Amino acid sequence: MIDHILTLLIFFPALAAMLGFVVANNSMRAYGIAVAFIEFALSLWLWYAYDPMVSGMQFMESAPLIAAFGINYLLGVDGISLFIIILSTFFTLIGIASLTETRRIKNLIITLLFLEMTMVGVFAALDAIVFYVFWELSLVPMLYIIGAWGGPLRIYASVKFFLYTFTGSLIMLVGMLFMAYFYYQATGQWSFSILEWYRLILPENFQLWLFAAFFFGFAIKVPMFPFHTWLPYAHGQAPTIGSVILAAILLKMGTYAFVRFSLPLFPDASVFFMFPIAIIAIIMIIYTAMVAYAQEDIKQVVAYSSVSHMGVIILGTFALNVEGVSGSVFLMLAHGVVSGALFLLVGVIYDRRHTKLMSEFGGLASVMPRYATIFGIMMMASVGLPLTINFVGEFLSLLGFYKQSHMLTLTAGVAIIVGAIYMLAAYKKMFFGTVTNDANRHLKDVNRTELIGLIPLVIVAIWLGVYPKPVLEPINNSVESVIQLMHDKAQSAEAKARIPDLSGKNGITTMQEAH
Amino acid sequence: MLEPIHVSLASLNIATLAPMLIAIVGALTMLVIDMAKGGLHKSLYVMISLLFLLLDLGALVDFGGVFLKNGTVLGFFDVMLMDGIAILSQIIIVAGSMLFIPLALTSKRFHEYDYPEYFALFLFMIAGFQFMVATDNLILIFVGLETASLALYTLIALHNRSKSFEAAVKYFTMGALAAGFYAFGSMILYAISGSVEINQIATILAEDHYSNIGYVLLSMAFMIAAFGFKLSMVPFHTWTPDVYEGSSAALAGYMSIVPKIAGFVVAMRLFEFLVHSGIVWLQVILYIGVVVTMTASNIWALVQTDVKRMLAYSSISHAGFVMAAILIGTTQANTGLFLYWALFSFTNLGAFTMLWVNRQKNLLPEQSSDHPYEKFSGMIKTMPMGAVMMGLFMLSLAGVPPFGLFWGKLYMIGSAVSAGYTVLALIMALNSAIAGYYYLKLIVFMFMKEPMVGYEKFYFMNASLSLKTIIGIAAVGTIFAVFAVNPLLKVITLFVYNSGY
Repeated sequence: MIDHILTLLIFFPALAAMLGFVVANNSMRAYGIAVAFIEFALSLWLWYAYDPMVSGMQFMESAPLIAAFGINYLLGVDGISLFIIILSTFFTLIGIASLTETRRIKNLIITLLFLEMTMVGVFAALDAIVFYVFWELSLVPMLYIIGAWGGPLRIYASVKFFLYTFTGSLIMLVGMLFMAYFYYQATGQWSFSILEWYRLILPENFQLWLFAAFFFGFAIKVPMFPFHTWLPYAHGQAPTIGSVILAAILLKMGTYAFVRFSLPLFPDASVFFMFPIAIIAIIMIIYTAMVAYAQEDIKQVVAYSSVSHMGVIILGTFALNVEGVSGSVFLMLAHGVVSGALFLLVGVIYDRRHTKLMSEFGGLASVMPRYATIFGIMMMASVGLPLTINFVGEFLSLLGFYKQSHMLTLTAGVAIIVGAIYMLAAYKKMFFGTVTNDANRHLKDVNRTELIGLIPLVIVAIWLGVYPKPVLEPINNSVESVIQLMHDKAQSAEAKARIPDLSGKNGITTMQEAH
Repeated sequence: MLEPIHVSLASLNIATLAPMLIAIVGALTMLVIDMAKGGLHKSLYVMISLLFLLLDLGALVDFGGVFLKNGTVLGFFDVMLMDGIAILSQIIIVAGSMLFIPLALTSKRFHEYDYPEYFALFLFMIAGFQFMVATDNLILIFVGLETASLALYTLIALHNRSKSFEAAVKYFTMGALAAGFYAFGSMILYAISGSVEINQIATILAEDHYSNIGYVLLSMAFMIAAFGFKLSMVPFHTWTPDVYEGSSAALAGYMSIVPKIAGFVVAMRLFEFLVHSGIVWLQVILYIGVVVTMTASNIWALVQTDVKRMLAYSSISHAGFVMAAILIGTTQANTGLFLYWALFSFTNLGAFTMLWVNRQKNLLPEQSSDHPYEKFSGMIKTMPMGAVMMGLFMLSLAGVPPFGLFWGKLYMIGSAVSAGYTVLALIMALNSAIAGYYYLKLIVFMFMKEPMVGYEKFYFMNASLSLKTIIGIAAVGTIFAVFAVNPLLKVITLFVYNSGY
């Protein structure tokens, strides 16, 4: 069974969702929690069975799908994807467990379970087309969640979300077809296997074009400045559960895809585009932080801060060395935990007051002490306080990029610190001072359902902030092999110099040797 | 005195006519039955049509086996040409027809199905299309085209609504114009080559090193106009939405699939040798035609308020997308054409059938057309299964994986990429994104809006078991297409490659 654990992880929620049509409406929540819990337990088992010392792919599965065109059902995990898969199952569980939505709950839970299938599928796929299938398919449940349960502008927001991402992905698809065609030219065989593509060494000008094609798909998903305009709408209109999943998992698909596709496939192009992308990332950090400061809606603050932190992830990824990339992968997890938790917290107050305007609140700390405490911890984690989960990722990402450029890193570092202002300001507006609005005087503190969702997130945020090794080590091992692969494949002198050579270190095997 | 020519019966290879003859015999049988005893129920005629189509399909599969063993079969003074693409396209034609004809078994009574002639004409039409694809003789193509078209005009008019008459007359007029263009085009080709067979024309022109290039181009101008009408390429598309709107949804779905594949095959035979011999003018015209057809019809589809008209424009766009295969002209592209069309048949027929099941007899006071978007709003609440099905077909048409059409699009764009048409590949991809909007619009209405009062009793009002079965088959074909693509690709590649395309 452990040999097929990835297939099981992908299709178990889908199967459960189908059976869910039969379950009665009032029992649906319990059913959803049960399924999500089993799925989460399965993903923990995957972690348990995973060998952290091996840097290559594990639990690989392969079956021909469209052999005539080189498309295979190819799955596998390494340290990079393992934890994002666990994050997906974890957040689906937490999301369903703390669900306060009551309208058409059956449809919602079935949709969430389908969404879980697509999320796990994206991170486990090693065939570009299988990856693309899950990547695109994930849009459909999210479209429905935003469009059916969202706010007043939900239809505009959901359609914008869908079309924006869909367009980017189609350009990426053309890029994938080109990769497959180059592979065909080189070997006489069609193949969409990412691992096979890793072996191709492309001329630099092809790399630049293909990098650009993939970049459209990924950058819109992340979303990188200037393609970020769909995200505030999507977050603003989405129900709490939609924002949580969107921020915690769906955005990570883009950054994950950079590490999985862009870096190892196009090392020269990655070096070529390193500084332009770093500048975009810094613009993202500063600009969205400023926009966040100007928001009056707490959910928009969280949404923009989430974009801002995605900038740090991009910066770390394009440091192109082990520290930066490992840091950015770790920060993906951290960002998922923290921004997911913040959206849950916003949902808590929204359920009570049906408003998200910060001017409506004030002095909540005295009315809702437990809520204020949890919000405070998560807010501190978000601004990157040492000993919280974000700090580890941000520090490593910046450290990585420091090796490439001191000036840019300094700018980014200052921006992050300054960026803390808007979070602190928002916190002050909502929680400190005296209660001015009478509607807030008798608000109930967080209840048990909500605590079930929030407490584990607080624990993770602090635990991984204090002791990140169990997660960081497997990530590090896999990232080392990616970097080594990049170094080996790089052709231009600049790329050779920028991407460190790790072959001197013990125990490093390249991706190809691992198979 | 002329010597009598002795033709042995064996050399005629009458068997090549078998598939068409089966359809014709079926049509005659129905007329005879009607003569013997009138007033029989439509279910009888539907089942007889199905039986004959099944025989037809059997004969074609048999030919497929012969083709793989012995190669192309010629017959009837070498007029009949049973090569791979002829067999493939006939299989698509007959299978598409088999999915269509059970749609006559609605639970409500419709005028046209009371006439047995409807079913007889239907089989004659199929025979016409089969003749059209199974030959490279320009005259026989013309005969097949006209047989099929005349039967089709009548089928549309039989729907017995003023819009249907308008549609039929419009289609007839445009069709006559196209036939005229076709006749002129073939006339010029005959004048410069002395032959009416496409492969001989190709040989003669090549030996001649295209010294008559001016005349060739003139004839191609006529031919492009003729096929532009038949395949509804922009700017010859203006009849399409009106005709689709006027005919019953079922027939509109049929028209978006079967006549077009016949047109594609003839266009493939006629244009590809010219494209391959490097006639730049034709390449440029085709390139522009393909891009404009895809893009313009997509943009028109965005502003439609009626779902049927939207689907009409969308099928123009799909036809333009597939036309790219004829421009690209590689074996991979031609394979892609057939793969795309086989997958498209299922999805599009499913979508039109979903419209057919809620066809109303009378419009509501505020209703402007048969299938406005509002009719479907909030369908997820009143008719969840129907909404999911319709949503599925829309997603497939938009090219969302893993549903049917995605694989067709993937392969078509892939073939553009490997033939070096990078810009075309990007345009094809971006057009899928534009198209996403209007398919999504229907999904938005169905899943995210509140139901409108007054429409709910129409959903599935026409549905009978056989209609639901067809929807089910279309849905299964759409969802599980991924498992069918590999065998389909292998067979199609084999057939297309061995026919020299």
